[in-house]
Amino acid sequence: MTAEPAISLHGVVKRFGPLTAVDHLDLEVPAGVCFGLLGPNGAGKSTTMRLLTAQALADEGHIRVLGHDVPYDSKAARLRMGVCPQQDNLDVEMSVRQTLAVFSRLYRVPRHERSAAIDRALQIARLTDRADAKVTELSGGMRRRLLIGRALVHTPDLVLLDEPTVGLDPQVRQELWSLIDGLRAEGVTVLMSTHYIEEAERLADVVGVMAAGQIVALGTPDDLVLEHAGREVIEVYGPPARLAEVDADATARGWQTRRSGPAVAILRAETLDGDAPDGERRAATLEDAFVMLTGAEVD
Amino acid sequence: MRRLEPAAVLGVMSRDVTIFRKFWKATTFSSVVEPTIYLIAFGFGFGALVTEVGGVDYIEYVGTGIVASAALFASVFAGMFNTFVRREFQRTYDAILAAPVNTEELVTAEILWIACRAGVYCMAPLLVATLFGLTPEWTTIFVPFVGFLTGFGFASFGVLISALAKSIDNFNYVTSAVVTPLFLISGTFFPISGLPDGIQVIAQINPLYHCVQLVRALVLGGLELADAWHVVALLIFAVGMWLLAIWRQRIRLID
Repeated sequence: MTAEPAISLHGVVKRFGPLTAVDHLDLEVPAGVCFGLLGPNGAGKSTTMRLLTAQALADEGHIRVLGHDVPYDSKAARLRMGVCPQQDNLDVEMSVRQTLAVFSRLYRVPRHERSAAIDRALQIARLTDRADAKVTELSGGMRRRLLIGRALVHTPDLVLLDEPTVGLDPQVRQELWSLIDGLRAEGVTVLMSTHYIEEAERLADVVGVMAAGQIVALGTPDDLVLEHAGREVIEVYGPPARLAEVDADATARGWQTRRSGPAVAILRAETLDGDAPDGERRAATLEDAFVMLTGAEVD
Repeated sequence: MRRLEPAAVLGVMSRDVTIFRKFWKATTFSSVVEPTIYLIAFGFGFGALVTEVGGVDYIEYVGTGIVASAALFASVFAGMFNTFVRREFQRTYDAILAAPVNTEELVTAEILWIACRAGVYCMAPLLVATLFGLTPEWTTIFVPFVGFLTGFGFASFGVLISALAKSIDNFNYVTSAVVTPLFLISGTFFPISGLPDGIQVIAQINPLYHCVQLVRALVLGGLELADAWHVVALLIFAVGMWLLAIWRQRIRLID
């Protein structure tokens, strides 16, 4: 494949005063994949998203989106791109249909195709029977679906989803996951940022783990787990004193550990000889890898 | 400054039109009732003391003067409050700028829309004044353009202020220190020639004064070539404020 990636960033730096939010970031997202940008809060995910729409301007580096230089030719890129922001910015003065109608114009959907495009977006967002409801009358889950529908009204080639399920209850989250999965099936390139491990694990073909403004690991979820946490994990439970003892002992032997709630988890358990302490064996997860990579606990 | 694409500007304006359908009644009500109150209060109250100002009936003097006030009030507050709320609280502008729209197109569309409204609603006082006995000249048909131009300038001024404001309370300073004085020393209710020299100079650089002079000439007759200066003054104000508004809003909208 010699096709140009849907997104490429090279040496991108973005500073806010003394804070460097994005720090020499290199990232390529091939066309047609669902790419999960996984990182703790404050890792620079949202800033990266804003750089891609030229709503933030990089201090250094080169950005290309869908074959266009950003920010120079950003409008051409935005024409073929849909954005679902982390912070709900729906227009509370409008109805569902009016919202989609305005954005079909902003995204230059030709006049004679607009009504079909709006109906399609209503269907994707599963809001057809709420089309005339005011935005303020929608539930949190419906608003989030409308945000996604709004980002898709012009059938974009690339969709940016910034924390698409943050703050939603598990049922609604499942619903959105199937919606996002449907996008991938249609061949739309998806760049999704999340700090929910499970979300990245379920949806992403490729995961980039982001910390302190950089990509610290890149690969399929399975590869990342294998590389950074091994196959198996032993979790040892006990009172704090016992946990400290296990932790110290494991560290002395050169084993990798992490605190996991009320337990100490020893990684790469499959490589340990029989002298590993007793505990519950389980398969390593992306969460194990994530914690090893970012040092951050997961909420 | 990059090119302004009509599709982007019209797209943003389509949002304004959609929302306007909801509150046009309230807007229309206040833009007709307000000048009526001014006309009654000043026309009858003050008119009892003064029958003529500068050779015209006082009711005609005030009736034409408040055309400028109508354009001012229809534009400056919309420019300040609407853009602040949409940027800071509703984050509407963040959503729009993620679409193929640039800051200059967004800002221009918002200002254009407000200016169009000012151009229409500035005619309300004339309609009311006609009921009180004003007989307009045929050149009155150009008044909406004057209202549009004045509205464009003051909407831009409002958008500029909204970009400079840290919080919505800051608008109080501007309203008291800028808008009210401009409104009062514009020659709307009394001629500026009676004011002290220093204040007369301020009145000369007050865009509203130029709007008032132009409207009076168009409605009451006696338009001269020299009045072109008023058009130029309004144009300079409008273009200058527009460019400043784009510049400052870009700083607020783009990180």
